[in-house]
Amino acid sequence: MEPVSLDVTVDMDLQIWIIGTIALVLKLGAVLLFLLLMAAYLVLVERKLLGRIQVRYGPNRAGKYGLLQPFADTIKMMTKEDIVPDAADRVIFLLAPAVVAITALLMFAVIPFGPDITVYGHRVPLVVTDINVGLLFVFALSSLGVYGAALGGWSSNSKYSLLGGIRGAAQMVSYELALGLSLIPVVMEAGSFSLVDIVNAQTQLPYILLEPVAFAIFFISALAEIKRIPFDLPEAENELGAGFHTEYSGMRFGLFFLGEYVHMQVLGGLIAVFFLGGWHGPLLPGPVWLAVKIVLVCLVMIWIRGTLPRLRYDQLMNFGWKVLIPAALLNVVVTGARLLW
Amino acid sequence: MRVDLIDKVPSGAIGTLWEGTKAIAAGFATTLKHVFRPPITEEYPEFRRVLPARTRARIVLTRDPDGGERCVACYLCSGVCPVSCISMQSAERTDGRRFAAWFRINFARCIYCGLCEEACPTSAIQLSPMFETCERDILTLVYEKEDLLVDHGGKDPDYNFYRHAGVVTAIGGKGGHIDEDPPVNVRSNMP
Repeated sequence: MEPVSLDVTVDMDLQIWIIGTIALVLKLGAVLLFLLLMAAYLVLVERKLLGRIQVRYGPNRAGKYGLLQPFADTIKMMTKEDIVPDAADRVIFLLAPAVVAITALLMFAVIPFGPDITVYGHRVPLVVTDINVGLLFVFALSSLGVYGAALGGWSSNSKYSLLGGIRGAAQMVSYELALGLSLIPVVMEAGSFSLVDIVNAQTQLPYILLEPVAFAIFFISALAEIKRIPFDLPEAENELGAGFHTEYSGMRFGLFFLGEYVHMQVLGGLIAVFFLGGWHGPLLPGPVWLAVKIVLVCLVMIWIRGTLPRLRYDQLMNFGWKVLIPAALLNVVVTGARLLW
Repeated sequence: MRVDLIDKVPSGAIGTLWEGTKAIAAGFATTLKHVFRPPITEEYPEFRRVLPARTRARIVLTRDPDGGERCVACYLCSGVCPVSCISMQSAERTDGRRFAAWFRINFARCIYCGLCEEACPTSAIQLSPMFETCERDILTLVYEKEDLLVDHGGKDPDYNFYRHAGVVTAIGGKGGHIDEDPPVNVRSNMP
């Protein structure tokens, strides 16, 4: 027995493990920091841009150009009273906002934000985790996110919240189908469920050029999925107060809000990954390109919010079931035919 | 939309789709155009718009052109005030002029309706455009006479009640005022 060689293998394993752990923690930290900071500033950008669309300034008092507004908002949310209604189902009421925020944050785990890099001779992929069924993971979490809105609305024990929650559940379940179906052509093109492989398959040509219909369906369904105008029926402020989060206050409301904006970025990231070539791009490094694409998608979402009115409930359902899903199915068939011949 | 334009909307599926797409695109173009327009917001603490003289805000007690207090403490404003925020105590000077010994307006109750100004026979009480009267302590909104008195005639600078009043004061005796005839001898039947 050679103790020296044994020591060396142990050392190698330990070294790999240590580097892997450190890299993972660093990646997690970077992704979380990016997502949360971006979420805070996305709120500011949205308010500013909506303001400009409506020929006014938007927040411009906290700091230069209102740049400290996110911090002011956070401090306000944190210090506000955390009210739980007497009639609420306490445990579920307290958990629902966390479900929304956690599912939104977890989804980013499979989004690759750069090519593999080499640290001390070890290959470190720039993705938190490369699951070979990453796309299914995304959809699983996206469906779980429905529970946040539905349970939050139900447990508040208020009619507005309940209506908002039910609307949210019905809407998201219907649009989940179109969302999933619209991505099947992308999976067929790339031949993989892994988001890393899908990005790598777009080195030459982003899928938005190959699959414009799938892109349109995915974008529309994504808007419905994150409950944004013109599909913001669950929180329709005009008729439902604030829908499923009517009864929430303080940081729990903040979590719903945060979840919504993180979700916006995640779907921006997913659109980038599936249709815009992920982190691929000339000159700039991968993570920067991904951030640019996410911001672009978010800006378009804000533009849509500033332009379109809210759909009626029956219009929403009609559009989802009678237009988007058949179109997505047809697109699957057409793509299949094209790949076959 | 003009009526003749409504008639031109095509009824076919393709036509409807085309019209809808055009309409949505026009909406997006409009919002995009507005992003690059300068906002029309007037930013308040830096930009203070000059309000019209008749704006109804903080109440003042004005003076006549000679610098005397116009208020004759007739209680009409106090009586007409729907929220009873005006109170005073009348007194009389040695020369026969009435004045308010103290005069108090509780601006925490005032609804700025302007009825006091309309009721005032001497143009003494007037609403001014000064609206910045926010206070943290509500009791500081109770204004006394010395807080209310200003050194000008407000919206009616030339008016002096005692020049028209027919009340004997230092300004003049009976019949000595503007637009006033000498006193009629009631014991004579001559015109």
